[in-house]
Amino acid sequence: MIINHPLLGPCDAQEFVYKGDASLIDRPDGMADGTDAAFYDYAYLRDNPAGEHRELWYHEQGDRSWLVVTRNTVTHEITSVELARDVARSMGRSR
Amino acid sequence: MRLRTGGQIDRDTTISFRFDGQYYKGHPGDTLASALLANGVRLMGRSFKYHRPRGVLTAGSDEPNALVELRSGGRQEPNTRATVIELFDGLRAEPQNAWPSLKFDALAINDRLSPFLTAGFYYKTFMWPAAFWEKLYEPIIRRAAGLGSITTKPDPDAYDKGFLHCDLLIIGAGPSGLMAALTAGRAGARVILADEDFRMGGRLNAETFAISDMAGSAWAAQAVAELTTLSNVRLMPRTTVFGAFDHGIYGAVERVSDHLPTPQDGKPRQTLWRIYTKRTLLCAGALERPIAFANNDRPGIMTASALRAYVNRWAASPAETVAVFTNNDDGHRTAADLIAKGVKVVALIDTRADAPKPAGTELIAGAQVIDTSGRLGLAGITVKLANGQTRKLAVGALGVSGGWNPNVAMTCHQRGRPAWDDSIAAFIPAGDLPQGMTIAGAAEGQFSTHAALAGGATKAAQALNDLGITTTKPDLPQAEDAPTKITPFWHVRGDKRAWLDFQNDVTVKDVKLAHQEGFRSVEHLKRYTTLGMATDQGKTSNMGGLAVMAELTGQTIAQTGTTMFRPPYTPVAMGVLAGRSTGTDFRPTRLTPSHHWAKEQGAVFVEVGMWLRAQWFPRPGEKTWRESVDREVRATRNSVGVCDVTTLGKIDVQGVDAAEFLNRIYCNAFAKLPVGRVRYGLMLREDGIAYDDGTAARLAEDHFVVTTTTANAVAVYRHMEFARQCLWPDMDVQLISTTEAWAQYAIAGPNARKLLQKIVDPAFDISNDAFPFMACAEITVCNGCPARLFRISFSGELAYELAVPTRYGDALIRRIMAEGAEFDVTPYGTEALGVMRIEKGHAAGNELNGQTTALNLGMGRMVSDKKDSIGAVLSRREGLTMPDALRLVGFRPKNPQTRIPAGAHLLEKGAAMVVANDLGYVTSACYSPTLESYIAIGFLKNGQARMGETLRAASPLTGEDVEIEIVSAHFVDPEGERLRA
Repeated sequence: MIINHPLLGPCDAQEFVYKGDASLIDRPDGMADGTDAAFYDYAYLRDNPAGEHRELWYHEQGDRSWLVVTRNTVTHEITSVELARDVARSMGRSR
Repeated sequence: MRLRTGGQIDRDTTISFRFDGQYYKGHPGDTLASALLANGVRLMGRSFKYHRPRGVLTAGSDEPNALVELRSGGRQEPNTRATVIELFDGLRAEPQNAWPSLKFDALAINDRLSPFLTAGFYYKTFMWPAAFWEKLYEPIIRRAAGLGSITTKPDPDAYDKGFLHCDLLIIGAGPSGLMAALTAGRAGARVILADEDFRMGGRLNAETFAISDMAGSAWAAQAVAELTTLSNVRLMPRTTVFGAFDHGIYGAVERVSDHLPTPQDGKPRQTLWRIYTKRTLLCAGALERPIAFANNDRPGIMTASALRAYVNRWAASPAETVAVFTNNDDGHRTAADLIAKGVKVVALIDTRADAPKPAGTELIAGAQVIDTSGRLGLAGITVKLANGQTRKLAVGALGVSGGWNPNVAMTCHQRGRPAWDDSIAAFIPAGDLPQGMTIAGAAEGQFSTHAALAGGATKAAQALNDLGITTTKPDLPQAEDAPTKITPFWHVRGDKRAWLDFQNDVTVKDVKLAHQEGFRSVEHLKRYTTLGMATDQGKTSNMGGLAVMAELTGQTIAQTGTTMFRPPYTPVAMGVLAGRSTGTDFRPTRLTPSHHWAKEQGAVFVEVGMWLRAQWFPRPGEKTWRESVDREVRATRNSVGVCDVTTLGKIDVQGVDAAEFLNRIYCNAFAKLPVGRVRYGLMLREDGIAYDDGTAARLAEDHFVVTTTTANAVAVYRHMEFARQCLWPDMDVQLISTTEAWAQYAIAGPNARKLLQKIVDPAFDISNDAFPFMACAEITVCNGCPARLFRISFSGELAYELAVPTRYGDALIRRIMAEGAEFDVTPYGTEALGVMRIEKGHAAGNELNGQTTALNLGMGRMVSDKKDSIGAVLSRREGLTMPDALRLVGFRPKNPQTRIPAGAHLLEKGAAMVVANDLGYVTSACYSPTLESYIAIGFLKNGQARMGETLRAASPLTGEDVEIEIVSAHFVDPEGERLRA
């Protein structure tokens, strides 16, 4: 597969390490009341779609960017590649 | 026999080769198959299951029968197709799957047992008892079946890997591929033209067609000559594109040296290419399919196109008198070509009653070949005439044509499913093709030479147009444009066995049996009968099997479906997939800065991840590793020892938010760590399990140096980057791995300070008051060399870790040894390091084993609930905080000289060794020279409350069962007085 890195252009998937569902960005607040259930979902529950999937890839043999790659799990078609940092910010994550 | 003239062979040069112990002559340009046929050898192998005599069926890579063992010694290569082995001087090949000899094979008895060896035989016969499988059935089956044998000697040759990029990859250099390459090459596009054959031209080399005013093979040679002059075109003969992968990436194997006795100096045997394409044009041609009839597998029976290829390209005829059996007009070409070359064609048997009349031979129209004879090679055929009478013909070879299948294999590699085309009675490419792929020529079902040339030019122009490259329409040369005329005919009805899959010995009867037993879907048929599951992936057999099943189920072939073709197109050697990554080159070897010095000292090394670390340093007279390790431990505890700890991961953490960042990465608090101090840190996974541990040293308000374990260095860095970029993207913090930038030595023992004071520049006060336990500083050593000093201790002694830029690492160890001579400084390796950390009760990888929590490790109170850190929430789960949770404790054997086996489980005295009685397990064990006793640490349920009790450590693996006392894990200096001294 070829991942079109937003900063570096097309790179072979071999340069990357796969992590999994991009929902891992959405980490609950550990100090909130009753956060246990949210953490259980966060740590263990994932969708397993046949089709479009947003997932985290790490450019370990490259610039060490974490990317959010939108990939069709059936066809391997990649429709979008974003910097995970930008995605995290757009989800309201900050400090 | 070799024809007197013709063929694309170099008759001026004669080369010698050996097959089955006999020496033969051939010419450059020959394949092993053509040379054997030229020498009158039709018998080349034995079949997989029934050990039937077999010869060639084809003249190409689709060959199912003529598999041989090529070369010998470490270069021996099993299951090599004689049809694609380029002949070289001194070639040696042996038949396989035959014992004691090719001509008399004892296991040909299987052929007589065939009524018992039908489809599903294994499933039905060897059902039970299960225990018989491993001991009885499998060894027998493996000896009887199977193909060639592999060598156990190392392969002496090198294999390379490479990467190529192009605008247009053209797969196959037949008429459409060559025309496409000319069109694209002349337009200046970056073109790769790959062909599995050593001579480009495809079928043009095997046919007698004229292109314009020259022979097809001459036109091909001319096209290749022009392409050679174009610097933007890369011609890759002897290169098989074996797979179409995601996003326009193709895998190809170039057989760089397979046509030579041994590779030239410095050249690999084969190269694995990964080809990145923008567009791909598949010009893989078509493969002729046989017709199934009784005993259609005798040596001498082959596809009609193979018969004419041997005659036209190699001037080799398998026999003096031949016949042709066909259901289509193309079979007539074979007869015509053979007659033109002087081969006697006794009859042309055509299943069609209205077959056209051939010249120079007898047409037997509306007829079928119903049987054959000849023990080790074809001697005669029996023909059933249109009027129902039979007639016997004496022939030494029979060309069979059941029509042509477009070579759609590569179009299926990305979920493409071929579609049935009635006009040519074959499947053509359809469905989801690999990204950027189009198809031209016979592979698309365009069987005439004219259509192939035109398709190549047009499709290449279209592909380049997509890329914005303008092409000029070439003048198409004149070529034949005959329509495809075929009346589908798949198998001759009869009671005897008629082969469909030659390599896996699957007959029409087997398909009937599968149908009868309910295995009717294509995928079930395939798996039940093994049809198409041999190394040739059913290139010549799948269609026949489908057709028979369609007939049995009353469906059309289109309704019956087709099986998937998967990579590789033809078998790929494991060696070329491994490339250079073999033996010690399997992965890089990382050497510590003191490696060369340690080697001079005679150190014994151990692999730790990719690193080689000194395990111990034997001295003269020491007979066992234990003697060396015990000495190193005693010397360190009594005076001073030094150990290279460079391999620990080091991560530089900088930024205004560095402290807050570490506060969230580690479960314990870091925000208030003063500058100039180090703290132990424990990282958890988000599920609350301990992940990694190390130290974080605060060199400045906004600057920390974090260490990780050697094994987790890469993963922890990745994890910290994830937290930085994905969880807290606006924190002002930067990370960089500095593992390789600093050489680091642990200097431990009561004399550690005295030794260091001789090395650290006098401007830096490292007295206990100025530089206490857990202090750190950026200093200089050896008169100005920049360094970092950390007062941390893994051994439990007064200890420091001293880091210098890596390039000074070798000099520093030599300096430490020289300055430490007066204290008898002793280098110690990873074993002594391990012994001392067990004596001190420090957790390491055995304890942080992916199943344990901070609580288990005795560090439960470190997990701060005043802050949000990774893993803290789930570490407080009920299941992980049960009152009887495992706790890290120490063990001493009742008899100090009795070993405690690592991995042993803990049981009450007298308790049976069953899971229900399991109380925990031993994680790390060693002999402690300090205590002069074996000791161990491990996890015990509710361990903190069981100090002083006696239990058993039992290992069902080793049979050891040892009485042990539960003690604190801190065997040495539990109050920490030594390390604060």
